[in-house]
Amino acid sequence: MEARKILQVSAIENGTVIDHIPAEAVFTVIRILGLDKCEKPITFGTNLDSKKFGKKGIIKVSEKYFENEDINKIALVAPTASLIEIKDFMVTNKRQVEIPDVVEGYVKCFNPKCVTNNQNVPRKFYVADKEDLKLKCHYCEKFTKKENITIL
Amino acid sequence: MSSFLDSSKSGGSKKKIPMKNNSLVSITDYSKEDILHILDLAAHFERTPEPTLLQDKVIASLFFEPSTRTRLSFETAIQRLGGRIIGFTDSSSSSVQKGESLRDTITNISLYADLIVMRHPLDGSARFASEVSHVPIINAGDGANQHPTQCMLDLYSILKTQGTLENLKIAFVGDLKYGRTVHSLVQAMTQFNCTYRLVSPVELKLPREVKQHIKDANLEYTQHTDLDEVIPDVDIIYMTRIQRERFADPLEYERVKNSYVLRNAMLDKSKDNLRVMHPLPRVNEISEDVDANPKAYYFQQALNGVYVREALLASILNLK
Repeated sequence: MEARKILQVSAIENGTVIDHIPAEAVFTVIRILGLDKCEKPITFGTNLDSKKFGKKGIIKVSEKYFENEDINKIALVAPTASLIEIKDFMVTNKRQVEIPDVVEGYVKCFNPKCVTNNQNVPRKFYVADKEDLKLKCHYCEKFTKKENITIL
Repeated sequence: MSSFLDSSKSGGSKKKIPMKNNSLVSITDYSKEDILHILDLAAHFERTPEPTLLQDKVIASLFFEPSTRTRLSFETAIQRLGGRIIGFTDSSSSSVQKGESLRDTITNISLYADLIVMRHPLDGSARFASEVSHVPIINAGDGANQHPTQCMLDLYSILKTQGTLENLKIAFVGDLKYGRTVHSLVQAMTQFNCTYRLVSPVELKLPREVKQHIKDANLEYTQHTDLDEVIPDVDIIYMTRIQRERFADPLEYERVKNSYVLRNAMLDKSKDNLRVMHPLPRVNEISEDVDANPKAYYFQQALNGVYVREALLASILNLK
């Protein structure tokens, strides 16, 4: 608990801490995980100093634990994020987010002529390259590269 | 596939809702064995017409954008097998004009017909349709994405003229960047140990993603800007049209357009078994003096589309 003195976002008793989020991605992460509609107590900080990353964001959600499938959704915008589960103020589990094989629902296809951008069609991609992030649209089969990814 | 309409509740055997989705959306939906089966079947229909095979079938032909050649080829295939056709030839004469969604159009018509042939201007529309339809979809072109029956007729034409699909040398010529038929055929031929000669202006080279399929299959390919130099050693020349609108600079278009015109004299040094293919329509990239050369195959190639489409209809409807 050496860091307690300088904690800029207060500790939680039970729940999940999502740490090492790129500072600019905090609000996107909140949206992807639907935390803007969550009724549990949530605290977050952004532009916090980080030894590893310079600036980082952190989100603490009380009394909530995430399934891998859900938390991996944030990997596209916050690949460096780590997940820390807390019970009785103690860390019980810690893991890195992983880029999923399939991305559904929250990324826009880069191809303006894709059916998903013109009709009410659920969006779905296969991750074609996890290193140099590249998504292949299930429908139009075109690739959306890292720099063109738009989160809805 | 969603199924609010359950065949067991629909009051008998009028129309079966298929248990699995047999749709043909992309050439990659078919394995090498599937492709060879269809080509076998196409040869069967070419030899042996079956004018009553589809006699109790209603096929919907939904052309959300016009495409005369493809539509007439499909409709000929359906008619030659004795099937009946419903549909429209462009979206201005359909409920799309009133703002109906693709989902609703397909859901509804799939309750009327036994199979839907569709062409649509949006990329990915056929995949989506195959997910909401109660009956199989055959993609007759979805925007710039896929046109698998064209690919299948190209394969059938190569097989017919060369006696095999294996170990051939094919020159792809012209617009290799945007040419949808080229992308599908390049990919399909990776299953048959093909050697590729890719001939195009620098601006219209084969995209990296498509080339990757050749690399993944460890096959030989070379890139050229000169058409003449590849002609003597290839088995197939697959010509495509270079479109003016692909060039930002009109002068650049003028410079390259004539370098990819195939003239009869250029075929003098070609192999005896060489055949010239083209997905049509041709503009000026194959000179008309080639037409009389026995190596010209593009019109026969278009006819082969009818046999291939007959084969696909019969196979997808589990009639063959």
